[in-house]
Amino acid sequence: MTELCDLTGAELSAKLASGAVSAVEVLESSLGRADAIDDRVGAFLTRTPELALERAEELDVYRATGAPLSPVAGIPTALKDVFTTNGVRTTCASLILENYVPPYDSTAWARLSGDGAVLVGKTNCDEFAMGSSNENSAFGPVHNPWDPTRVPGGSSGGSAAAVTAGEAVWALGTDTGGSVRQPASLCGVVGLKPTYGLISRYGLIAFASSLDTVGTLTRSVRDAATLLSTLGGKDPRDATSLDGDRLDYTAGLDDGVSGLRIGVVAEASGEGVEPGVRAAVGAAVDRLAALGADIAEAHLPHAEYALSAYYLIAPSECSSNLARYDGVRYGFRAGGAHADSIAMMSETRGQGFGAEVKRRVMLGTYALSAGYYEAYYGQAQKVRTLIIRDYETAFEGFDMLVSPTSPTTAFPIGAKVDDPMAMYLNDIFTIPANLSGMPAISVPCGTDAQGLPVGLQLTAPVLGERTLLRAASALEADLGLDLRPPVLA
Amino acid sequence: MASWETVIGLECHVELNTQTKMFCGCRNVFGAEPNTNTCPVCMGHPGSLPVPNAEAIRRIVKIGLALDSAIAPHSLFHRKNYFYPDMPKNYQISQYDLPICVGGHLDIDLADGSTKRVGITRVHMEEDTGKTTHGSESGRIHEAEYALIDYNRAGVPLVECVSEPDMRTAEEAAAYLRELRATLEVLDVSDVKMEEGSLRCDANISVRPPGSEVLGTKVEIKNMNSIRSLERALLYEAQRQIQTMEAGERLVQETRHWDEGSGMTTSMRSKEEAFDYRYFPEPDIPPLEPSDGWVEEIRATLPELPRARRLRYEALGVRSEVVRVLVADRTSVMLFEGAVAAGADPAPAATWITQDVAALRNETGSDGALTARHVADIVRLVADGTVSGAGAKQALADAFSSGAGIPEIVERLKLRQVSDTDTLGTFADEVIDEHPDVVEKFRGGKDGVIGFLVGQLMQKAGGAANPKVAQELLRERLRG
Repeated sequence: MTELCDLTGAELSAKLASGAVSAVEVLESSLGRADAIDDRVGAFLTRTPELALERAEELDVYRATGAPLSPVAGIPTALKDVFTTNGVRTTCASLILENYVPPYDSTAWARLSGDGAVLVGKTNCDEFAMGSSNENSAFGPVHNPWDPTRVPGGSSGGSAAAVTAGEAVWALGTDTGGSVRQPASLCGVVGLKPTYGLISRYGLIAFASSLDTVGTLTRSVRDAATLLSTLGGKDPRDATSLDGDRLDYTAGLDDGVSGLRIGVVAEASGEGVEPGVRAAVGAAVDRLAALGADIAEAHLPHAEYALSAYYLIAPSECSSNLARYDGVRYGFRAGGAHADSIAMMSETRGQGFGAEVKRRVMLGTYALSAGYYEAYYGQAQKVRTLIIRDYETAFEGFDMLVSPTSPTTAFPIGAKVDDPMAMYLNDIFTIPANLSGMPAISVPCGTDAQGLPVGLQLTAPVLGERTLLRAASALEADLGLDLRPPVLA
Repeated sequence: MASWETVIGLECHVELNTQTKMFCGCRNVFGAEPNTNTCPVCMGHPGSLPVPNAEAIRRIVKIGLALDSAIAPHSLFHRKNYFYPDMPKNYQISQYDLPICVGGHLDIDLADGSTKRVGITRVHMEEDTGKTTHGSESGRIHEAEYALIDYNRAGVPLVECVSEPDMRTAEEAAAYLRELRATLEVLDVSDVKMEEGSLRCDANISVRPPGSEVLGTKVEIKNMNSIRSLERALLYEAQRQIQTMEAGERLVQETRHWDEGSGMTTSMRSKEEAFDYRYFPEPDIPPLEPSDGWVEEIRATLPELPRARRLRYEALGVRSEVVRVLVADRTSVMLFEGAVAAGADPAPAATWITQDVAALRNETGSDGALTARHVADIVRLVADGTVSGAGAKQALADAFSSGAGIPEIVERLKLRQVSDTDTLGTFADEVIDEHPDVVEKFRGGKDGVIGFLVGQLMQKAGGAANPKVAQELLRERLRG
């Protein structure tokens, strides 16, 4: 049976506006769902039902005055546990921040909260957003609602799973190399990674600053557009945020794809792509053609170097970004007597960070070391430039590019944990958009033979969100998929 | 000693006195209660981001322009990575291969009257760290039982100014630091107080045989908290290096710590122990790309720089020793400029300001109620003989505390000299009539008795006679 918590944000917003339901009713539906199934999903690290209820009650009082509501008002919202929330524990799924309570709100949450969104909790993820399966969380894995023995993808696995299972209507994630799009693909929801700089990173706990992007996980393309309309726009607290006011991204959403030139990325259809993924994406591309898009083959000749460049740039930045976790000012501090402050910091970091974080900190430290910088970090930046040029060239002939989001559907928990390379390959199609800063979206496009969801990725030029959302929305409407995970049966 | 040449370069750190810190909105003040001017950004909280302070960038450009640096059309912040508890992020946002100000020079005047040009390598922008206080019963760092950290200073805008290795003596280094300090002071960009750490200086020093083009092994000295300690440390270190070389030993490239108490430098760390800072471009801050127009706007606001000012004062006829004292003090300069603008003769104005006015300010520890107008009036009234030197001093002291106008004080204290020859001539005639015996002695060759006669005349004039005029009138009559 469909409950309130299974509706989209747009549907709920309409019901709230008409007075058909109250914010408290909507909230209770989401909270009830989480109470019922989160022990099987493990989407949340911290739940905030009391705060949420208080908020929903306030909104109902406000709603009763007849005042207009923002489309995000009263919608149960989850945040990946890398967004700071004033007074609410924020862990990054790491022991080193297990008891860290931030003294301030991230800009992304402040904007949603300011417009009346209701926080239901902070979601599980890979530690410091480093991973593609959510298995790197210090607090245990997240189970894919489609099959609890499988991963939900990562690193925003908890956010994707919570939205899939109705524990939140939508959620924020972060996408550094595909961490919103890949779990969206593996869980059968919509994952949007906007242009780098469109949404402020202030209060997004950094993994790799030049790649980190706030993204959304929603059950519809329209909801993604609604969230982006609230989240976008210049933030004076983030020097890398782009100039410009908030825009309404729902405008023109139904204009269709007729006449749009869509390039199929040739480099993303070969080896390593599961047959079920290839088939579903291929069929969806045919539908786009049927809807009037001009489809042709496109090339990103340097895409094969993207993964290597990413695994130098991201760890390099991470090695520096994570240096602040030293036990001096906040967070975990290793117990016992220490010879000096440096020993205290070393022991704190040794005990506080998990294996994948340590691996990347060490990789990055090495790549930035005297004598290696040019060969590694410097070279990777050159590759990054080549990839940006690839896209610019491709976008001379196309309005957007299409590829699978991930080469595979959800894989079993534990299947790739001992093979970092196999794990890293999950992000091979998503990483280029992070290196180039361009917007990309994953939309569900079908299921494979096992009934697991497949995601299709569209990538547009910088600030091409409107076109991107319009095409994604057209495909979504045409496919009309009803993706209800078995965990809800 | 004469067979070695010392080569010195200085790295100076200048805290800017902007209202707020470099990358956040916290107040930038010295001496506040510990950890009261902090926020998530300067405490390095997770998720916080730095946003550059536009006023700090404006000020470093001002400094660069004053030092004749080129202002880079494209410059970058870099992260300098190392672990230290008083550095909240465990990296310092600094600049590396693309600083804002490139090249430049500072001309310094030496005691022998010569001028030397010292090259500036670069001037770059960075942030300061917090301050650690080590606590223990003994007070010694390596016996510390705890450390207290004050993050008020963390994130304060810091400018690093690196000179070329152009100085050859401790005296030159001191002159350079004095000139830099004076320059920063007129630019009004920093408090430049070495005792409070708003101006700090590290020195690189090496020695080599004269005529050698190759630099010797470099030693960096830290912890010099005054210009005097810079000079002492450099003299000591040059001597130590020369002695080491003359003993046939090898010098090691290292960082040494100056100890004010013992007057010696001691090794802190060798080159091998130096950090690998793993510099890389700061991804949280876009490149700085100042437009030419903006730079020119700043150039137009540059005040007269100290050396130009000194040359101008000398051209006004003020002796160079007086100029040096005059320009070393901002209040003196303001009084001088004001007095000259009001028409005062520059040379005596400078003398009054650097002597009598300075003495009054020293005694009281304040600038009193004195204005440039007072100084100008004093100079004028002394020059035209209205008051005597002694009377002028009295009037000045009164004006310093009362703030009243000099002409009014002269009247109130009856300091006006009588120079009028008719009045004084009558007194002179009377004195000569009344003291025939003394007149006799004078005419007999006892020139010294003129003093007695002047004294008598002064009494008749109620003490207000111009002594010079009085004596002239007496002599005229006695000769006749």
